[in-house]
Amino acid sequence: MGDFGSLLYERPQEIVSAELTREPEFFADLNIDQIINDMVAGKEYYNLKPYFYLPLRDVDTVYYRHEVARDLENPVLFDDVKGFSDEMQKVRRYLAMVEKLDYSYNKEGWFLEAVDTYCGALALLKEKLCTVELNSKGLKAFRDYLNAYMSSDGFAALRGGMQRLKQRLSDISYCVLINGGRVTVCRYEGEDEYIPEVERVFQKFKDGSTKEYSMKMLPRVGMNHVEAEIVKGVVRFYPDVFGELSSYYERNLDFIDEKVERFDREVQFYVSYFDYINALKKMGLQFCYPEVSADSKEVYLYEGFDMALARMSIRRGSGVVCNSFYLRNGERVIVVTGPNQGGKTTFARMFGQVHYFASLGLPVAGRKAKLFLPDGIFTHFERKEDITDLRGKLEDDLVRMRDILQRINSGSIVVINEIFSSTSTVDAVFLAKKVLEKIIQMDAIAVCVTFLDELASLNRKVVSMVATVDPDDPTIRTYRVVRNAADGRAYAVSIAQKYHLTYRQLRERLKL
Amino acid sequence: MKVFLMYRERDFHPEHEITQYEQDLIQDLGLDVLFETMSGGSEYLLDVVRSAVLSCETEVDTILYRQGVLKDCIRNADVVREIYGIAVDAIENRRKHHLGIFSITPSTILSGSVGLLKMLLEMLKRLKGATDRYSNRFESDGFRQFFGILKQELTDEFFAEADGLLRELKFEGGAMVRAQLDKGNEGGNYTLVRKRKRRWLENVFSKVPLGNASSYTFKLHPRDDSGFRALSEIKDRAVNPVANTIAQSADHVLGFFEKLRREMAFYIGALNLYEKLSALDEPVAFPIPVASGEFHHSFRGLYDPCLAVSMNGRVVGNTLNLHDKKFSIVTGANQGGKSTFLRSIGVAQILMQCGMFVPAEYFSANVCSRVFTHFVREEDKEMESGKLEEELRRMDSIIEEITPNSIVLFNESFASTNEREGSEIARQVVSALVEADIKLFFVTHMYEFANYFYTECRGDVAFLVAERKEDGTRTFKIVEGKPSATSYGRDLYERILAPLWHSDNKVAM
Repeated sequence: MGDFGSLLYERPQEIVSAELTREPEFFADLNIDQIINDMVAGKEYYNLKPYFYLPLRDVDTVYYRHEVARDLENPVLFDDVKGFSDEMQKVRRYLAMVEKLDYSYNKEGWFLEAVDTYCGALALLKEKLCTVELNSKGLKAFRDYLNAYMSSDGFAALRGGMQRLKQRLSDISYCVLINGGRVTVCRYEGEDEYIPEVERVFQKFKDGSTKEYSMKMLPRVGMNHVEAEIVKGVVRFYPDVFGELSSYYERNLDFIDEKVERFDREVQFYVSYFDYINALKKMGLQFCYPEVSADSKEVYLYEGFDMALARMSIRRGSGVVCNSFYLRNGERVIVVTGPNQGGKTTFARMFGQVHYFASLGLPVAGRKAKLFLPDGIFTHFERKEDITDLRGKLEDDLVRMRDILQRINSGSIVVINEIFSSTSTVDAVFLAKKVLEKIIQMDAIAVCVTFLDELASLNRKVVSMVATVDPDDPTIRTYRVVRNAADGRAYAVSIAQKYHLTYRQLRERLKL
Repeated sequence: MKVFLMYRERDFHPEHEITQYEQDLIQDLGLDVLFETMSGGSEYLLDVVRSAVLSCETEVDTILYRQGVLKDCIRNADVVREIYGIAVDAIENRRKHHLGIFSITPSTILSGSVGLLKMLLEMLKRLKGATDRYSNRFESDGFRQFFGILKQELTDEFFAEADGLLRELKFEGGAMVRAQLDKGNEGGNYTLVRKRKRRWLENVFSKVPLGNASSYTFKLHPRDDSGFRALSEIKDRAVNPVANTIAQSADHVLGFFEKLRREMAFYIGALNLYEKLSALDEPVAFPIPVASGEFHHSFRGLYDPCLAVSMNGRVVGNTLNLHDKKFSIVTGANQGGKSTFLRSIGVAQILMQCGMFVPAEYFSANVCSRVFTHFVREEDKEMESGKLEEELRRMDSIIEEITPNSIVLFNESFASTNEREGSEIARQVVSALVEADIKLFFVTHMYEFANYFYTECRGDVAFLVAERKEDGTRTFKIVEGKPSATSYGRDLYERILAPLWHSDNKVAM
């Protein structure tokens, strides 16, 4: 048999017990929780969340996943893999049902369906894996394993036995004469159907459209005692077939292969992510495989976006504005200023998201990127609650900030959104400067969204970026965040001008 | 089974939606009175008649085909009403076979549909009986074709087979269900089969070699409710497609009666109008349709039947020969019968083209592709501003719809501005339409407009006036005559309004 370990880790010893981890703290602030929840919705069986909770710091493993992901970008293979997983779900549903059924011939019959579905799904998957070009070590290893497994005697016996039994059972026809509570089961002996006769007699009246009178008979699964009794009659006619069925069932109870099952679960990690981003790609948004490093903090991203917001834009039918950033020559901190609702927080979330998904070994939102594999992401977002108690709020802010500053190191990424808005500007500037100085001192990477212009020119490690407005109509936000000096006042003046409320305009209007 | 009383080779499908253009036509020509008379209070007739009358058939053959059927109807009114009554009865009786909505199962659908089909078979027998008794009295192509089909299809053999099938579907002695093993060895593909075996088919359908036993019987305990439910579910699954087919067959037979009612309704409506006008001693004539392309319009004693019905008496008719005229312009005294004349032209055209008789002693005209009206509206008169715009907008939508060989009836159009502007607009509109081979009747008091065409001395324009005798009295007849500059409205003014000024200035409004 081929040697297949995992689609997620090149070295099987890395495979940790994923089930033990829990959601990282920063998920909610960066809206990554929404993204992950959307991705895994409907895939609860696979328990995929733990995979998304385990970022990588190992560049090789990131590229191992990139290979697998690139192979799966082939739409033909992607659809086939999804189809395979759907079939495997069906197999599991059948088996769960077999557990619950009362009558043995009923159980055994559904068991055959489970085997049939399993064999069919594997055959199709194998055919596809052998016809498409694979470049990833992970998928190639699985393909080899699958070939070996399906050529084994055990698999041949499993499939052959199932096919023979199904054929023989489906050939059986019988009649049931229902007369009150008396039921007679007998062989079918060529009795005529009614429909052709009725249609023939009334054919002459047929004209144009036809209304449907057949009722929707809900498909029902599982036998009741009457059906079981009828089948008992049928079994008497064909005892051999049913005897063979029972022994087949006993022989093959645990037929699902362990590695096939592992593949089925792990590939969902990619499938769920691609399903999510393909909807965004359809809108013309781009994704790329970032170059990653665990050392270099010279990062960049061109035309990135906040995936959670983009997803919402699809629903609203609105457009998505892309933004870029870079840090070079020792730059570590991006200070984002600009009008409210101008896209500042979105920019900050994007920054955190792309770094996180890069560290999961997945493509990220953007045209081209080089990103850092952090050993920790920390976020400090303004809390909406308790706004009446300003002192308590500031205190809470500071406590949370202190906890973060205590934990960061040179491998950290910090995302700060509107800190210290609950105190005087002088206070806030003072406190914020202290925080940024600490972050810079630790050599961490940070994005800081603020209304405090002063922070933007703190020192040469700080980059100022500004959310811009339409130069002709300052009430229109462009949602573009660009490198520029911070100047909050210019914006306020131009808004006033539009409404003829500047000092000069007001003099004229008031004829002063 | 085809009925084909409306068209020689196709079914009749009345339109139920009334377009804005038809709405205008009904309003301008006052057709509601006509429809009411024809429908005799039946909403169904009203619906069909309105659609049929407005349908504006352009094939001369279709018009003559219907004229033939209608002549048969007039000659055999009682028989025609009897056949129509059978169709109505069949449709009405259906309600008695309505199923309750709470206990619908395939079995109840089946038994309900079997009952419905039995009733419909009785109705078919009645129809067959009427056919056998009266068909030799009918002469038209339409009726002869229809009776021929009935004789061919409603045979004794058909009735015997149908009755037999329905009897079998009562399942005396139990229902026989064929089944196969589906997924999970559960019974599936349940199919109702006939107990009457065909021996020679035995074993042909059984691919599996015969096993040991030949049958296995068990009985449910009388109180095994879930068991009985399970059995009836099996039966329902088997009955379901058969019930569907039977119900559809019942629908198809019912559909035939609906078709029959639909195709006859127009003639019943026409009979109603015929009887009403006869009672008023008004003449009717089957018109002579001329293929479109020619310009022809000649008639004797043409009157507005809606006016006659409303007045409940005879009204003035007009006699004119407008051969080769594309455009007839009517001027003259107010309240001189111009609008009535215009309406009678429109009504006759519509009636001719749906295949009916027309309100005249004699009538012949070319077939038009569509009939349009552009009448000044009562409500418009109160709405001062934007009135011309509204008129032009309506004109615009007519132009959107119009096709060559249409006919347009204008009544005081474009007069909502001053005469010079109105005349110029009318002149430009009319000139263009006439060049496009569209037949026009235009009632107007805009002398400038009328006179423009008069001085052109064109052969394809007719000049008509409301007749006024030497002594000034109106005859309400429309005759040929040159447009005159003065509007007779002045005498109305003199008679009705002017006194207010003369007698007492304070009364002035």
